Amino acid sequence: MIYLRLILTNLGRHGIRTVISVAGIAFSVAAMLTVVTVLQGAIGMFSGILSSGAELIVFERNVSDLFFSDVPASAAAQLARWPMVAHADAVLFGVVSSADHPIITCFGVTADDARIHDADWIAGDRSQFGQLNDGVVLGERAAEFLNASLGSAVPIGHGSFHVVGVVRTKNGFEDGGVFMPLEAARSFFHKEGSSVVTIKLHNKDDIPAFKREVKQNFPNLIGLEDAEFSRSYSQFKILKATAWAVGGCGLALGGLGVANTMIMSVFTRIREIAILRVNGFSNAQIAAVIFGESSIVAVIGALAGLAIGTCALLGLKLIPALHGYVDVTIHPALMLIVVVLALLTGVAGALYPSVYAMRIRAVEALRFE
Amino acid sequence: MSATSSAGNLNGPVICAGNVWKSYDKGAITVLKGVDFEAFAGQTVALCGPSGCGKSTLLHLIGGLDLPDQGRVSVNGMELNRRRNMVKFMRHEVGFVFQLHNLIADLTLEENCLLPAIAAGMDRRSARERLLLLAQRTGLEDRLGNSIQKLSGGERQRTALCRALMNGAKILLADEPTGSLDERTSSVVFDLLLDLARTEGITLLMATHDRGLASACDRLVEMRDGRIHEC
Repeated sequence: MIYLRLILTNLGRHGIRTVISVAGIAFSVAAMLTVVTVLQGAIGMFSGILSSGAELIVFERNVSDLFFSDVPASAAAQLARWPMVAHADAVLFGVVSSADHPIITCFGVTADDARIHDADWIAGDRSQFGQLNDGVVLGERAAEFLNASLGSAVPIGHGSFHVVGVVRTKNGFEDGGVFMPLEAARSFFHKEGSSVVTIKLHNKDDIPAFKREVKQNFPNLIGLEDAEFSRSYSQFKILKATAWAVGGCGLALGGLGVANTMIMSVFTRIREIAILRVNGFSNAQIAAVIFGESSIVAVIGALAGLAIGTCALLGLKLIPALHGYVDVTIHPALMLIVVVLALLTGVAGALYPSVYAMRIRAVEALRFE
Repeated sequence: MSATSSAGNLNGPVICAGNVWKSYDKGAITVLKGVDFEAFAGQTVALCGPSGCGKSTLLHLIGGLDLPDQGRVSVNGMELNRRRNMVKFMRHEVGFVFQLHNLIADLTLEENCLLPAIAAGMDRRSARERLLLLAQRTGLEDRLGNSIQKLSGGERQRTALCRALMNGAKILLADEPTGSLDERTSSVVFDLLLDLARTEGITLLMATHDRGLASACDRLVEMRDGRIHEC
């Protein structure tokens, strides 16, 4: 109890300094939580677009971005004929532009594609998709910002397309996108194949065999499971690394704040530490007081950071423009990681001050009274 | 020069310093110049001498707060020439009272007194019992919850005395314990110090300028220029 009193007393002596340290950790934790959650959500959504309920994605080996991937139509057709394959959907990704909207994601898909098949049609009829080469289906948000409705013509790129349907999806990228018949998309983007082929197997146990077959039959292609793809896709890796780097820099700054507070705290009570030593406190006990202080700063900072981060994410969710683009599901594991990192930061910040405190010689500190 | 008790104990000295040298500032200031000193269990010894003669330094060496450059210091048969086990030694073998009380101002009287017990891992109940006993002996039983800042100088020094004896140390090292008190308070604190030392069988080694107080001790040891002269 007296340990706690010593710790709290020391923190209370310099309240403003303590609050600033707590704020440093809190904003670092909030930044890390927000950035990582948003990016993981975005990555999850993008993965969802790619797989759309399938188990495997086949795409061109060693491409830096899926927009550059080219899976020949013959390969897609061959994959669809393999006995172990239940369903194979060739998808062509592209970016199109319209008058006031320079970037609209375009999905070139077949009428059987799960994105079209499983979508919530709020206008039009699914059977109409693919009947007309210039007929497109718009996501609900795309229809809003293009100010288009069923039957209207929308200018996309150099062409004009007719809206044959409007669908609502939970995925922001799809909801703000344009679905074109695959052949029309190939023509529009001057491609002969597709970006990816999503594969659903009859039996999931065949996944390793399927990957082997892809490697043997199509040396330029690679088949990956969803999770594998998320882990290995370089764009995702860059995004994840960026998120953790930003968060890590924030925590490092927070840690420096804690270190500064703890160093000042030790410097201003050298005599008190000497008194503890004269009364039989060991190095470990003195270090425990210092680490206790930094841990309390880190714990309060982490909790405040979680609260701030959660509020920030909820705030992002309320912004209409981000609707569907930001998945603000906070994973408990991420919260745990962030809190543990904050605690480690607090401990790291107390390392030097503790060593300094342990080196204080009572006889020198008490000599000049 | 050896300072051996006239009221010598058959079991041998509990404090023994032999040919102790100590200097500061890389040898520029030599404070102790071959000090030989012994004290026996239960003795009350006054160390007198002018400022800078080495009284405090000798107390620090005997209390394990510092190490000699040369010579040997042993307390209760334990050599203090190495830092190993020094924490254990300071927890159980010696208690300190300083001129300035050296209490932690933000803690209460009780919390200050319990610090050595916490350091030593004494159980809460035993520590509390010991504290109440000492508080009664020193007349502080009604002030336990008080902040140090609300205590008088005499009360603070009595608190420091309680703290020094919390873990049942049998050697009490007092460095000018009445130096910052007025004459009347000084007399009260000193009487208490002697009384506690004598009734609990504590060996008291006290540095003081006050020869009047020193004369009440069993022995008076004079220090001059880093050397000891028995009176």
